[in-house]
Amino acid sequence: MQAHRWRRAAAAVAVGALAVAAGCGSDNSSSSNSKLPTKIGKGEGQLNLVAWEGYTQSEWVKPFEKQTGCKVKSKFAGSSDEMVTLMRQGGGSQYDMVSASGDASLRLIRGGDVKPVNVKLIPGWNDFIPQLQSPSHNTVDGKHYGVSVQWGPNVLLYNTKSVTPAPTSWSTIYGSTYKGKVTVPDNPIQIADAALYLSKTNPSLGIKDPYELNDKQLNASVDLLKKQKPLIKKYWALSSDESDLFKNGDAVIGAAWPIAVKTLESDNQPVKDTIPKEGATGWADTWMLSAKAKHPNCAYLWMKYISEPKPQAQQAVSYGETPVNEKACPLMDQIEKGSCARLHANAPASYFNSIKFWKTPISDCGDGKKDCKDYTVWQQKWQEIKG
Amino acid sequence: MALGIWAVLILLFLFVPIGIIVVYAFNSSNVQGWPIDGLSTKWFSQTWHNQEMRDALWLSVRAALLATTISLLLGSAAAFAVHRFRFFGREAVSFLLVLPLALPGIITGMALNSFFTFWGIDLSYLTIVIGHATFCIVIVYNNVVARLRRTSTSLVEASMDLGASGWQTFRHITLPMISTALLAGGLLAFALSFDEVIVTTFTAGAQNTLPIWIFGKIRIGQELPEVNVVVVGVLLVTFIPVTLAQRLTREPRAATTI
Amino acid sequence: MAGDQGLAVLAGRPPGAARRFSAWLFRRPWLRAGLTLSPPLGWFVLIYLAALAALLVSAFWSVDPFTSEITHSWTTENFKSLIDEPTYREIALRTIGIAAAVTVTDAILAFPFAYFAVRVAPGRIQTALFVLVLLPLWSSYLVRVYAWRLILAHDGALNWSLDKLHLGSVNVGYSNWAMWIVFSYIWLPFMIVPVWTAIERVPESLLEASMDLGGSAWRTFREVLLPLALPGLVAGSIFTFSLTLGDYITPTLVGGASSDFIGNVVYRNVGVANNVPFAAAFATVPMVVMGVYLLVARRLGAFEAL
Repeated sequence: MQAHRWRRAAAAVAVGALAVAAGCGSDNSSSSNSKLPTKIGKGEGQLNLVAWEGYTQSEWVKPFEKQTGCKVKSKFAGSSDEMVTLMRQGGGSQYDMVSASGDASLRLIRGGDVKPVNVKLIPGWNDFIPQLQSPSHNTVDGKHYGVSVQWGPNVLLYNTKSVTPAPTSWSTIYGSTYKGKVTVPDNPIQIADAALYLSKTNPSLGIKDPYELNDKQLNASVDLLKKQKPLIKKYWALSSDESDLFKNGDAVIGAAWPIAVKTLESDNQPVKDTIPKEGATGWADTWMLSAKAKHPNCAYLWMKYISEPKPQAQQAVSYGETPVNEKACPLMDQIEKGSCARLHANAPASYFNSIKFWKTPISDCGDGKKDCKDYTVWQQKWQEIKG
Repeated sequence: MALGIWAVLILLFLFVPIGIIVVYAFNSSNVQGWPIDGLSTKWFSQTWHNQEMRDALWLSVRAALLATTISLLLGSAAAFAVHRFRFFGREAVSFLLVLPLALPGIITGMALNSFFTFWGIDLSYLTIVIGHATFCIVIVYNNVVARLRRTSTSLVEASMDLGASGWQTFRHITLPMISTALLAGGLLAFALSFDEVIVTTFTAGAQNTLPIWIFGKIRIGQELPEVNVVVVGVLLVTFIPVTLAQRLTREPRAATTI
Repeated sequence: MAGDQGLAVLAGRPPGAARRFSAWLFRRPWLRAGLTLSPPLGWFVLIYLAALAALLVSAFWSVDPFTSEITHSWTTENFKSLIDEPTYREIALRTIGIAAAVTVTDAILAFPFAYFAVRVAPGRIQTALFVLVLLPLWSSYLVRVYAWRLILAHDGALNWSLDKLHLGSVNVGYSNWAMWIVFSYIWLPFMIVPVWTAIERVPESLLEASMDLGGSAWRTFREVLLPLALPGLVAGSIFTFSLTLGDYITPTLVGGASSDFIGNVVYRNVGVANNVPFAAAFATVPMVVMGVYLLVARRLGAFEAL
């Protein structure tokens, strides 16, 4: 009897010990992964960035360069695809950081082109809106592969003199009212915009997520875009394409990024932008650190700097997007009155949730089905649309 | 005369856009629109103080100089070999050398980019130069070959007969003979390298040559007059050397008889 | 053979080492040929040709959709997509068509100008004309194309001028017409220079003789001048055709909704989609076209006139 009890106690102790050991073991494995820096070292004097046009204006870059001595060189990219390619170019060590949107970030993570960052070194991160502190497009398995920077919608831009009454629906660019004077981005992800429109106007297709399209849904979206083609004056690829088209009267309505709106408005052009009733696609951008970055300290200094309220506010107002740092709102109103509300910087979560953020289409539809079309198919279809 | 009018029209065609570029260097607005919004000279000083522009300009000049030097050496070497000696595949050499210019730049760019990536060569100033030199070689080669064809080898032989060594002959006879061809070829090669953008996009890493900087500005469509100012500056600076070179390399209009 | 040591012997001094080396070299022409030829040839074969060959080989590979890594498995998928999908045929035909149109346009524009400059203009004006033709080449291709955007835009300089002359307006901005105009503009100096050189080489006496024998100006042109200047025209056409064939920047800047060139597709697949095999496959089209063009041009003597 006594031996029995003793054996049971020993077993319990052994199991307990095993459990503790297992617990310690897992703790060790997660902490051993932190080859993450614990403090930011001295700047290397140089920082090479891949950025969206308008993300590295001298307004906030010059003070950064002065503060840290890191000279910033930016390479502009017009699409997420381009960003991915640039980051992989030349063995991946050409550029230190990239301001990737949600449809590029996962590709970069999977491809091993970016590495995790230590968000504890970035104080501004604690003031980020909760949805963008660890979103699934830049945080995988609890590791942060960068810090969110800004987010915003793809808007409908129109010339207030030529387009009356003010448009409220995306149908204005799919119908023939403004034939030959429409412009949309030259980017395969534009198919998602068509899908979004169809999800509201043609519910029988059953489109729930404009980035998860099966064969039938994709073909319907492509058909819509092919029907749109005769209305298009030009598929804009560069930010200046957009502003030139509107300024010189070649286009009067189209899908746009806020920076074009700002460029035209600051030139006193009669334009306005709006989010139509069918909703909008959008993007949430992350500054990601290259796995083979040559200037990691300057990169951390940049992440730290750009997450502070003042640069957040400056960039938001300059580009026309929404900052992730909640403390930026009052500073935005100081730069431009009313900008905080106009750019939804203090908007409720419902606004955030209404935007369909860019993400990479993959064949996994997410609900058990695997017949969604992946991005290479989107690229081919886009070329067919353009012809 | 009708031909004279035609020539004037062609000149107008060539220079009206240049005129617009010059005028818009004084544009007071950020965005390019017609007619011009207003005139201002603020861009001149702003461009002059733009460090990024100066770095890009200096990189372009350095790359063009090195590429031109390489192509002068290699191009004339190839020209001599083809002119002097008969060897198997002689015809093919001209064909081969013209390929980088005849094939689209994007193919040359892509090919070189894959080549560098394959051998693990980092994209840098040197890869830019390699790309430029590859298509500049044929320009020097063509000029030197054309000149060599018009000179007789008897001069060289006479020099040797008179006791000059190979090197002396080269320095005192051959070199002066081809000097204007080298100058014309070198100048054209420099111009091509300085303004090249397609191959450079693929062979440059994070560096900005002047055309790449210009394209970045055109992309974003803001502060465009800075670009116009740079072009005006380059035109002013190169006007004199180009005129001088043309003066020096012009052959007298010979009335050749059959 | 003994001559190269002649003067030295006359002076009573034995030839120095450098002289002996140069004499030794002189007696071995094949070695001199090899030495002068190997640097440029080496450069080309080891760098350029090797890269081209590698590119052609990669046209038979493919790309993993998610990680964009190139898989080295032999496949003709890329070529199959090119042939099956009518879009690419359209794009190729559009590119070749506009390239041909630009070449013909530039030939027509350049010839009278070159003739005027060579035969009619006095010396100083000739120099001035040559400088003026070369000068635009120094003013950034990108900026010149961008300036055309302004000219051809809906509210741009062209329509503004037409409006002042009460001639209505045209809608050429961002279209294939715009590309034709801009390409003809940009490559015109490249056509003028070889044609100029070719006309310079035609002896004046031949033209005079033709007129003396009773030929009209038009006949002299067609049967004497044109055939003799043809190599120059063909040489110039190599530039205008191939530069248009491979360009992607002008279509991006001044093209419209249906203005994609082969270069755009290639660029989109290399610089954007990172699908190098597909880009390489499509890039074989201009390579083949230019290969044929070059062979024909060689026949017509263009290589002497470059």
